[in-house]
Amino acid sequence: MTIAVRVDHLSKRYRIGASQTRFRYGMFRDVLVDVAMTPVRILRSMQGKSMRGADATSFIWALDDVSFDVEEGKVLGIVGRNGAGKSTLLKVLSRVTEPTKGTVAVRGRVGSLLEVGTGFHPELTGRENIYLNGAVLGMKRSEIDRKFDEIVDFSEVAQFIDTPVKRYSSGMYLRLAFAVAAHLEPEILVVDEVLAVGDAEFQKKCLGKMGDVAQQGRTVLFVSHNMSAILRLTQEAIVLKRGRLIKRGPTQEAVDFYLSSGQAETGERIWETDEIPASAAPFKPIALRLKDQRGKVVDTVRSTEPVTLEWEYQLDMPVTGLRVGMYLSTMRGEYVFTAFDTDDAERFERFSARKAGRYISRCVVPADFFNEGRYSLGVNASSFGVRRYFMDENALSFNVDISGAPGTHWPEMRQGPVRPRLDWKIEKID
Amino acid sequence: MAKSIELIHQPETIYIKPSSGLAALNLRDLWTYRELVFFMIWRDIKVRYKQTMLGAAWAVIQPVLTMLVFNFVFGTVAKVPTEGIPYPIFSYTALLPWGLFTTALNTASRSLTSNTSMVTKIYFPRLVLPLASVLGGLVDFTIAFMILIVMMIYYKVTPTAAIWTLPLFLILTIVTALGVALWLSAINVQYRDVNYVLPFLTQFWLFLTPVAYSAKIISAKWQIVYSLNPMAGVVNGFRWALLGTNTGPNLNMAISIAISLTFLISGLFYFRSMERTFADTI
Repeated sequence: MTIAVRVDHLSKRYRIGASQTRFRYGMFRDVLVDVAMTPVRILRSMQGKSMRGADATSFIWALDDVSFDVEEGKVLGIVGRNGAGKSTLLKVLSRVTEPTKGTVAVRGRVGSLLEVGTGFHPELTGRENIYLNGAVLGMKRSEIDRKFDEIVDFSEVAQFIDTPVKRYSSGMYLRLAFAVAAHLEPEILVVDEVLAVGDAEFQKKCLGKMGDVAQQGRTVLFVSHNMSAILRLTQEAIVLKRGRLIKRGPTQEAVDFYLSSGQAETGERIWETDEIPASAAPFKPIALRLKDQRGKVVDTVRSTEPVTLEWEYQLDMPVTGLRVGMYLSTMRGEYVFTAFDTDDAERFERFSARKAGRYISRCVVPADFFNEGRYSLGVNASSFGVRRYFMDENALSFNVDISGAPGTHWPEMRQGPVRPRLDWKIEKID
Repeated sequence: MAKSIELIHQPETIYIKPSSGLAALNLRDLWTYRELVFFMIWRDIKVRYKQTMLGAAWAVIQPVLTMLVFNFVFGTVAKVPTEGIPYPIFSYTALLPWGLFTTALNTASRSLTSNTSMVTKIYFPRLVLPLASVLGGLVDFTIAFMILIVMMIYYKVTPTAAIWTLPLFLILTIVTALGVALWLSAINVQYRDVNYVLPFLTQFWLFLTPVAYSAKIISAKWQIVYSLNPMAGVVNGFRWALLGTNTGPNLNMAISIAISLTFLISGLFYFRSMERTFADTI
C-alpha cells in the first residue's frame, strides 16, 4: 500500500494581533518611541526576527503536533469547528504556507478547489482565463490545449468563451473557474467547502467530479461542515480541535465523536474571546444555553417537556436589520429547522435597529417535538443580504430522553428527527 | 500511447518542512514554472492598455513628452553640454532605459501585494511575480525604441560599432530593476510604506542619473561616488553604444555593474528568505 500523504508532527504557529498592538499607543511618548524604533524594527524584521518574540501570549498554534497519513486512492474527511486548524492544514499541504515544525510528504501534485478562480483577470476572455488559470495552477500549455474542449463543456459557458469574464454572471464565472480547477487532475485533491457555492445541479456535478477523482485511484482530502456530505463521500475521517488531531477513525465513528465531543456536556456553550473571529464585530456571542421548564440548564432534554433555547450576546455598536437565529440538526447533519428571532414581520419592524448592549434571544421548542438521539444546535447572527456577523453550525449538542413520548411502549427505533404527538382518530367505517 | 506513459509515470514525492537559515535559491523550481512567467507577462500586456483610448500609443507618448519637456528646460533654456549631439536624441536615448527601469521597479515592487489572492491561495515560486513584471516592461521598451530609430534617421546619427553591446546594457537595466524590486516587493508584503517611498525614490533617482544631462559634468573626484548608482552605468552605456559619446566602459561602469549585481544577488536571497512568510503576513 502506498502512502500518498504523510503528515508527521506538523505544527504551525501564527502571530496574532501584531498589527493591532503596534498602533495601540497610550501616550504621545510611545508614538515618538515607536517612530524612533522604526529603523531597528525594519532591520529586525529583515532578519526574520520579531521584536516581541519573547512574548508567548501573542502566538497561536493553528496546528499542534498533528500526525496522520493517507493511503493512495482514499478519501479522507476532515472535520472540526471553525478555527480548529482545517484550513491551515490544507494551506500547508498545498505549500502556500510553511510549517513551523514537522514535515509533510506528499506524493504527486496537490490540487485544491480552494483556489478556484485564482489568477482570473476580469478583463480577459473566458478562453484567455482558462489558459492563464491553468498555468497558475501548474498546468503545462500542452496539457491545457488537450483539455480545453473538455473544460469548456464542463463549464457550460461555451457561447461566451470569447467574452471578457467581467461580463459573466457570478454563476458562470464560478463554473468556468471550477472547470479549470477540476481538470487539473492532481494526484492529491484537496476540497474545502467549495460545494457550498453554486446552484444545486452544479453542486451535484462537483460532487460527481470528486467521486471520479477518487475512483481513478487518486487521493482526496475533503473538508466540510456538512456531516451528511462527509458521511456520503468519505470512508475515514479525522477530527481537529484547536489545532490538535483528537480522533481518527471510520467516518461514522469520527462524525459521532465530533458531534458529541468538542463542546462540554453541560447544556451550555460559552464563547471565549479567542474563539470569536475579528470579523464578527460588533457582534459578540456570549453564551448559548438549553433550559428546561424550571429554568435549569440541562444537557439532556425530555421529549415530553418544552425546552428553552437562549442565546446571549453583546452588540458593541448599534446594528440594524439584525436577525439572530438557530439551526437545529441531527448528528447526521440533516437539518431539522432554521429559525430567527425576527421571523415574525411585526417583531422585525420593532427590533429593526438594536442599540449597543447585552441581549438574550430566546425561544421555546414545544413538548413532543424531538425524537430519540443526539442533536446539534447551531447559531447565526446576520443582517439579511448585508452581512453575516457570526455563525457556528455546531455550537452545542444535546441528548433527548424520550421516556413517555408517543410509541415508547414498543421498544423500537423510530425513524425521523421529530416525534410529534399527533391527533390520531380511529373510526370503524363499515 | 500517451495514456500508458502517464500510468507508468511515478509521481514525485515532495517534502514540505520548515526551512531554516539562508534559503537556497531553488532556481530549478523557477525553471519548472517558466510557462507561468510567460503567462503572467502575457496577461499584463493584454490588460495594460485595455479600455484606454490611445492604447499602446502610451508606450511612446510618455517618453516622447518627457523628452520634449527636457528639451525645452535643459536643451533650450539651460543648454546643458551634450558632446555635440542634438539634445532631443541625447535625452531620448537615456529616457528609454530609464522608462523601462521605473516602470519595472514600480510594477514589480507592487507585484506581490497586487496579486494577494495568488500568494495566499496557491503555491508557485513567488519570484515569478516580480520577474514577470520586470520583463513585461520590455514590450513598451521595444515600441518606444522604434521612435529612437526614426529620430536617428532624422538627425542622421549613425550607430557606433559598439552597438552590439546594447543588449548587454539592456540586461543590466533589467538586472538593476529586478535587484531593487526584489528588496522592495518583499518589504512591501509587510510594510506598505514602500508604496509611498516609490514615487520619491524614482524621482530622486532620476536626478542622480545622467538622463537630462551628461555624466561628464560631474567633476572627476565625484565620478567614483556617482557611479555607485547602477543606472548611471546603464545610461552611459546606452549613449556610448548608440551615439558614440565618450562614456564607454571604464572603472566607473565596472563599479555600476558590480553594484547592480550586488542588488540582484542580495535581493534574491532576501526575497527567498522572506518568501516563507509571505502568505501569512501579506
